Amino acid sequence: MTIFKQSKGFWLSVLLSFILFTVVQLLLTGGILNSYYENMIIFMGINIILAVSLHLIIGITGQFSIGHAGFLAVGAFASAVITMKFEMPLFAGLLVGGIVAALAGMLIGIPTLRLKGDYLAIATLGFGEIVRIVFLNIDYIGGASGMQVTHMTTWPWVFGCILITILVIRNFTNSSHGRACISIREDETAADAMGINTTYYKVAAFVIGAFFAGIAGGLWAHNFYIIQPSNFGFLKSFDILIFVVLGGLGSLSGAVLAAIVLTIVSTFLQDYPETRMLFYSLILIVMMIYRPQGLMGTRELTSLFKRKTKGGSKDGNHHTTA
Amino acid sequence: MELFQQLVNGISLGSIYALIALGYTMVYGIVKLINFAHGDVFMVGAFIGFYSITVLDLSFFPALLISMAACAVFGVIIERIAYKPLRNATRIAALITAIGVSLMIENGMIFIRGAQLEAYPTNLLPSENIDIFGVSIKSQSLLILGVSLVLMMILQIIVHKTKIGKAMRAVSYDAEAAKLMGINVNNTISATFAIGSALAGAAGVIFGTYYIKIEPLMGVLPGLKAFVAAVLGGIGIIPGAMVGGLLLGLIEALVSAAGFSLWRDAAAFVVLILILIFLPQGLFGKNKREKV
Repeated sequence: MTIFKQSKGFWLSVLLSFILFTVVQLLLTGGILNSYYENMIIFMGINIILAVSLHLIIGITGQFSIGHAGFLAVGAFASAVITMKFEMPLFAGLLVGGIVAALAGMLIGIPTLRLKGDYLAIATLGFGEIVRIVFLNIDYIGGASGMQVTHMTTWPWVFGCILITILVIRNFTNSSHGRACISIREDETAADAMGINTTYYKVAAFVIGAFFAGIAGGLWAHNFYIIQPSNFGFLKSFDILIFVVLGGLGSLSGAVLAAIVLTIVSTFLQDYPETRMLFYSLILIVMMIYRPQGLMGTRELTSLFKRKTKGGSKDGNHHTTA
Repeated sequence: MELFQQLVNGISLGSIYALIALGYTMVYGIVKLINFAHGDVFMVGAFIGFYSITVLDLSFFPALLISMAACAVFGVIIERIAYKPLRNATRIAALITAIGVSLMIENGMIFIRGAQLEAYPTNLLPSENIDIFGVSIKSQSLLILGVSLVLMMILQIIVHKTKIGKAMRAVSYDAEAAKLMGINVNNTISATFAIGSALAGAAGVIFGTYYIKIEPLMGVLPGLKAFVAAVLGGIGIIPGAMVGGLLLGLIEALVSAAGFSLWRDAAAFVVLILILIFLPQGLFGKNKREKV
């Protein structure tokens, strides 16, 4: 019976995601949404991937990392090098971007994940800055003036990447590995005492998160015509952090929702960057004082619907079940 | 001789880092919070100094004092509004708030006065070159070093010889026990923020006089580096912050002198990661075992 219910939810979400994809695709090809909105939708997709990948690190595993823009930068430059310098297709670029970012995640994760809380935060922040400065000093990828990239990111690519990201991270979270990560978040010492290899799982979560951030970087690079190291400063890391914090530390659908809402807000405030940042900072402060667990807490959108309709796993957001 | 000059530059820069790092380390020692907004208090201090010099037509020392006083008040306001409600919240919540406050000060400043640069007047302090053993040193760097040292000495006196300093040490040792002994913990924390912010304000004015250019985002990088300095010396330990700051300034100067000036900013963070991995308690810290 439970298997039937689960598969019902599964097919429903497949259907919903297919409908979403087709509708947006038709709107775009039909010219109803102009390039301004197309850009916004692509940017939204990239932000969703970033938010979900950071959600795995902060929300699920409880490792407070604020250097996520570093992985974004690694992915962006690696994929741009693959497509521009080696003239390989976008798929190869995205894959290599993700893999290189994952390697960077492992490289930084193994030494720093022994640290906790504030120290880890600062170390990851330092890592992000080091990445930026290293890219600034490599002439091969253009140094400070950056690298020119052809526009290749389209809605199907973005949609495919979102789907894969959410599927992988959701399934990881619901597996025994994911439960191990959650136990680390709740109490690392207790998890250790229960025989969980905490270092292994922390690094694993970090590497998976970095991989998807790298893919988001690849999409980012091929959307903006030019990428510069200065795009990936710590302010970018905070941008990603706020998606996870606002959505709820530990809620995947919350992270997705926050990414969608905040992308819309920031698109409309594009011409007033300091108003946008003031707004973001106010959200952070007020949120932490009155609702530190974030809007959704650790709940998912699907659980709201489950309570209302007994038994049937009706689904309001296709992103949350897969 | 080039090297010697670089060392003097490094010490001047290091003394600015040390002044900022003191605020970090004091606040961390007492409330276990990385006050991300501290670098921005430094920026606000630089601007208050700038406006009191250009608008009020003051000289260096009155501007320094005004900036210190204003920053002390500013620091207490930040603490009362943003951090006090979170006294018993999780560390991560406090850290996120601190990031929020930092972004708010930076962007509030840009919102109020725009993002453009300002330049401190260059004739603020006598700038002669003094020759010592054939090395010419700017008199400004000596003066700056002197002012920083005096401020640090005053801080040591406050912490070790006054009642409020005693209260601060007690609260940082054990806040609960201090409360039971009749120490007003909230006031002590506010005093810590006030002193730390005043030092950051002084660092802001000194930075402005020495490096001329100031802008609303100037506090970010020195703020982060000062935190590195605090960690380097052992966070929560006041002499550690001073030594850490000077050491970091010297490291940066040496990296520049070795011809890698573009890599200078990365050096601080490499130092941070190395120190966190190999000596997480810092140069002066004691190793603490974690209890369950």
